[in-house]
Amino acid sequence: MSGYRLSSGGQIDRARPLSFAFDGKRYQGYAGDTLASALLANGVDLFGRSFKYHRPRGLFSAGVEEPNALVTLRSGARAEPNTRATVVELYDGLEASSQNRWPSLAFDVMAMNQLAGPLFSAGFYYKTFMGPTRKAWMLYEYFIRKAAGLGAGTLLPDPDRYEEMNAFCDVLVVGAGPAGLMAATAAASSGARVILADEQSALGGNLRGSASAQENLAGLAALDNVTLLARTTVYGYYDDNTLGAVERVADHVAAPAEGQPRERHWTIRAKQVVLATGAIERPIIFGDNDKPGVMLADAGRLYVERHGVAPGRRVAVFANNDGAYRSVAALTTAGVAVSAIVDARREIGAEAQAIAAASGAELLLGQVVTRALGGQRLSGIEVAAFDPVQGARDGAQRQISADCLLVSGGWTPTIHLASQAGGPARWDDSLTAFLPGEASQPWRAAGACQGTLDSAACFAEGAQAGAEAARACGLSPNPVSLPGAKTEPLADVPLPVWDARPPHGKGKAFVDLQHDVTASDISLAHREGFRSVEHLKRYTTLGMATDQGKTSNVTGLALMARERKLSIPEVGTTRFRPPYTPVSLGALAGQARGSHFRPTRRTAMHDWHVENGAEMQAAGLWLRPRIYAQGSETVEQAYSREARQVRASVGMVDVSTLGKIDVQGLDAAEFLNRVYSNGFLKLPEGKARYGLMLREDGFLWDDGTTWRLSETQFLMTTTTANAAPVLSQLEFLLAAVWPELKVAVTSVTEQWAGMAVSGPKSREVLASVLDDLDMSNEALPFMGVRKGHLNGLPVLVARLSFSGELAYEVYCGAHHGEAVWSRILEAGKPFGMIPYGVEALGTLRIEKGHVAGPELDGRTTAEDLGLAGMTSRKKHYIGSSMLKREGLTDPARLKLVGFVSADGGKIRAGAHLVAANDTSSPPRSLGHITSTTYSPALEKYIALGLLEDGPERVGEKLVATYPLKNIDVDVEVVSSHFFDPEGSRMHV
Amino acid sequence: MIDSYLRQSALDHLGLAGRTSEEPEKAAVRLGEKLLPAAVNLRGDVADPAFVAALREALGVEPPSAPNTVATNGEVALLWLGPDEWLALQHGAAPEAEAQMAAKLRDALGDLHAATTEVGEQYVCIHLAGPKAREVIEKGCPLDLHPRAFGGVGHCAQSHLSKATILLHQVSPGEDGEPAFDLYTRRSFADYLWRWLEDAAGEYGVAIVAP
Amino acid sequence: MLQITCPHCGARAESEFHNGGEAHIERPKDPAALTDAEWAEFVFLRDNPKGLLLERWNHTQGCRRWFNVARDTVTYEILAVYPMGSQPPALDPRRYV
Repeated sequence: MSGYRLSSGGQIDRARPLSFAFDGKRYQGYAGDTLASALLANGVDLFGRSFKYHRPRGLFSAGVEEPNALVTLRSGARAEPNTRATVVELYDGLEASSQNRWPSLAFDVMAMNQLAGPLFSAGFYYKTFMGPTRKAWMLYEYFIRKAAGLGAGTLLPDPDRYEEMNAFCDVLVVGAGPAGLMAATAAASSGARVILADEQSALGGNLRGSASAQENLAGLAALDNVTLLARTTVYGYYDDNTLGAVERVADHVAAPAEGQPRERHWTIRAKQVVLATGAIERPIIFGDNDKPGVMLADAGRLYVERHGVAPGRRVAVFANNDGAYRSVAALTTAGVAVSAIVDARREIGAEAQAIAAASGAELLLGQVVTRALGGQRLSGIEVAAFDPVQGARDGAQRQISADCLLVSGGWTPTIHLASQAGGPARWDDSLTAFLPGEASQPWRAAGACQGTLDSAACFAEGAQAGAEAARACGLSPNPVSLPGAKTEPLADVPLPVWDARPPHGKGKAFVDLQHDVTASDISLAHREGFRSVEHLKRYTTLGMATDQGKTSNVTGLALMARERKLSIPEVGTTRFRPPYTPVSLGALAGQARGSHFRPTRRTAMHDWHVENGAEMQAAGLWLRPRIYAQGSETVEQAYSREARQVRASVGMVDVSTLGKIDVQGLDAAEFLNRVYSNGFLKLPEGKARYGLMLREDGFLWDDGTTWRLSETQFLMTTTTANAAPVLSQLEFLLAAVWPELKVAVTSVTEQWAGMAVSGPKSREVLASVLDDLDMSNEALPFMGVRKGHLNGLPVLVARLSFSGELAYEVYCGAHHGEAVWSRILEAGKPFGMIPYGVEALGTLRIEKGHVAGPELDGRTTAEDLGLAGMTSRKKHYIGSSMLKREGLTDPARLKLVGFVSADGGKIRAGAHLVAANDTSSPPRSLGHITSTTYSPALEKYIALGLLEDGPERVGEKLVATYPLKNIDVDVEVVSSHFFDPEGSRMHV
Repeated sequence: MIDSYLRQSALDHLGLAGRTSEEPEKAAVRLGEKLLPAAVNLRGDVADPAFVAALREALGVEPPSAPNTVATNGEVALLWLGPDEWLALQHGAAPEAEAQMAAKLRDALGDLHAATTEVGEQYVCIHLAGPKAREVIEKGCPLDLHPRAFGGVGHCAQSHLSKATILLHQVSPGEDGEPAFDLYTRRSFADYLWRWLEDAAGEYGVAIVAP
Repeated sequence: MLQITCPHCGARAESEFHNGGEAHIERPKDPAALTDAEWAEFVFLRDNPKGLLLERWNHTQGCRRWFNVARDTVTYEILAVYPMGSQPPALDPRRYV
């Protein structure tokens, strides 16, 4: 086409020229242009190459429905592929490039795909690229993907920020055209909190720039109960009237200002919604209808009226309804020559006739365009007579020269959001369009999206919908005055013409331009049995890709209906799903990037650990010190040293992450007795007890010590991982199962900083630093709990041991965590006291055969882990009944045992245990390894694991096999109590 | 004695005191930490006059029974957390205040079925104020904070801000266009939340203050 | 995202809540008297209806209280919210075949 800038007109600012580049070539446009309108004004008509056939493509629309003019916007880290040039606002310095072409847009070698046309029909990949082996597809796919497709994304991190916003309103109005504006005005008059959102760069829709719209918008902007959101696409309608929207805050500039997000995602919770989403024009198909120069009629009008750009020098029009005559009128007014109007109807109304006459165009009634002519761009059209029943006739075709063809096949209401929150779409036979179905959420539609195309009627409908929405919120709207639009005599009822080709028409007839789906692909799908709309869509890819078939879905259905000899509604329609238009992943992620992606929880001693060389490790959301490596120590060397020092003298580990729950009330002991598998009724004050919690199904769930602080108060500790679930379960039991118990539970996990002081010198260290506690074995026996002070600060000291050494846990208020930690370490200096990390903690507990997370894996019972003695037979507790079921008492269950490496090899967690002489492939698994470590105490690699007939196999030699890495280690089965099995060291 | 200067907030490492703004009034969002409040979690039956009387005796303020509201006598505030749960809060008190408050409450409650738990050390209080303070919270919190929905001063709610659990207390109504909120979170999440807030407020201009 | 009306705090976003499964699964008062089948029913078996489902929810990021919700599993519509320990109010749920 040969578009050019008109000497006047359009809503552009001719005083603000903007410079931009497309495929490296520099052009000039104006503020108010889109990339599409600016290129059109510069006479550019080739925008890209098509998906499969690499055919040259130009502009097809002026809005979000654009299937052809997809470009890569910006470059480097900000490169954004598949951007519709029709919605890219021009800014100074804009850079864009075309896609899917090589070596250049004008000369694309892959265009030879067209010659192999039949090969590329629907389903061609699957039919063609079969065999010789299943793997062959992977090779084919590599080349297919290179040849087909759209733009390429960048692998660089996005330098821009994205934000999110939660918004609430009484009435959300989607779409700010004639209906939406009036809906917002009417709703706002009631004082309702109103949000008016529109995807375009300015509000107003078809009224953009008009005096009445400006006045209306200024009035709305002045109200503090109204939020106006331009450049904001409401893309999804979700449960409970929650809608998702993306505001393009800084997409229309080269780069966002400091601190400004590029895009902002809005989660809008509305009491009522008015959908005023408008309608999208649809084409009529004919031979080679994808030739650059063929565009929708209303797009031609918008380029003239909005941007002051003529779409061509010799414009022809092809229509089956009066809508196209608005475009003819606009072109005539702007002085753009319209050479011919081809209308499938044999008769048209007086108003349309008058417009045609004023344009000076030749009016060809009862005729259709059968084929577009030209090479890389349109040079003319072929026209033939048309019969509503028989269709276009073969034979004598007239040729008309044209460099632009404006096509109008009627209107497709934009019912995407209505469909997402409503019943099946309703077919309207006179409009030949699907209209919104029954609302399943509180929305009402107004204007073109429910088939009302006349402006005056849109105003009235909008005002009514807005007022009703306000009333539904319990508010009283005031009457609003409607802009003085007169009812237009143009009739938008189209004559149903979908495919204008004669029986033996030439050229490819595209239904879906973006995915290169042709009318014959639909016939083929029908012949091959893919007849339901869902099959049709998946087999031909009709309506997929970035435009989601906005200009092709209904035509595709109509062609399938023709094949099946059914009506269109009988063929049915697919349901729309979010998003309405593409949403960037950045907008969905919002701020949740980098350190904001998820919280990192820090203990009170976190900074001390980091400052003192700790390598931190994630434990759920928490960070815990893994090792405090010295010099060039490996992890194994570091934890071995730390563990050795604990057994030799004393060390301290941060245990603040353990869950802590304050259990208070007259029935606290009774409650714990029902929750734990072992007895808690008789636990004396000042004593702690190790407790096991089972799930209701009898499996082990959690363990920890619980300390009786007074007759009616306990401090329960849980594993780090189960802190929140255990609290939740206790609250549930109190609310739902035993509401009669007088007990309150409160999380105090973070009130206390906790540290475990372990090793033979722990008593001496603590005795030297505590103000007032007698630390002797008599005064503070094993499992004793005392309240004391450290430098005047209240602390809780419990004599507990996870390491098997004489050990204590010291809890202090979290604000003093680091101070107390440092003070104790300082007191321990004369003893060579060290901090140790969770690796050494693990080593010490494995040496003692204590179970932890890897053994409490949700599939083990107390008996499996040698803890049967802790499941009371005298009382009922959570899990006790199911514990006795056959599956859980089966003697064949895997049992906990220990393993030592017999060949000095490192044992891997997750390795399977197999008999040494088992030569079957794969060998039979007798169990698996759960926890492994190097044991400095035994000077061997050791492990805990679950094994068939475990305890009976002590002394046997097995192989721990790790087939993923082909590692086999000879192991000997031993007792799980590797070190100090009598427990003499912790009772001193 | 471990000196009180060794009491550390969970935001200590951020050195906020050294980053306070010279011209906070120019920023649309003012962020600061209200240091180390004393807090006691209370459970009890608000329909029991003895429970209400005990709180009045110990704290000089009665527990509010209306959801999401706060009662205060200017020194101690009682924030509604649930139908039988409140948070007694005192700002600017001595380090011993929390234990003393809890002890007073235990004495006053006697044998009543009630629970008193000291929880001040697990909270961090972040103060947000300014013309855009509300918007910053709305970025990550699903509460409707519009004055028509969130009842202004004396209103509180538990929710989440981004991925941290929060207790939000509106302390200034914003009729002058300068709403202010106290935002409580668990101390382990404080670093995450502070960084998130400072980042979220960046768009509007943020000043660090010592509230 | 659902809006759930917590009986204590009012209408809040679903992200503040946790679903706790089917409601009115009463824990046996006399555990010893139950048959294996009855235990299996209590521990493992849950209804998965198309339509009305009575379920428990916890306002985990709010007041932390448990309560019951009557919800249509097809439309996700919440038909009623009622306290733990009470029976559901009279409902007229949509029936699906």
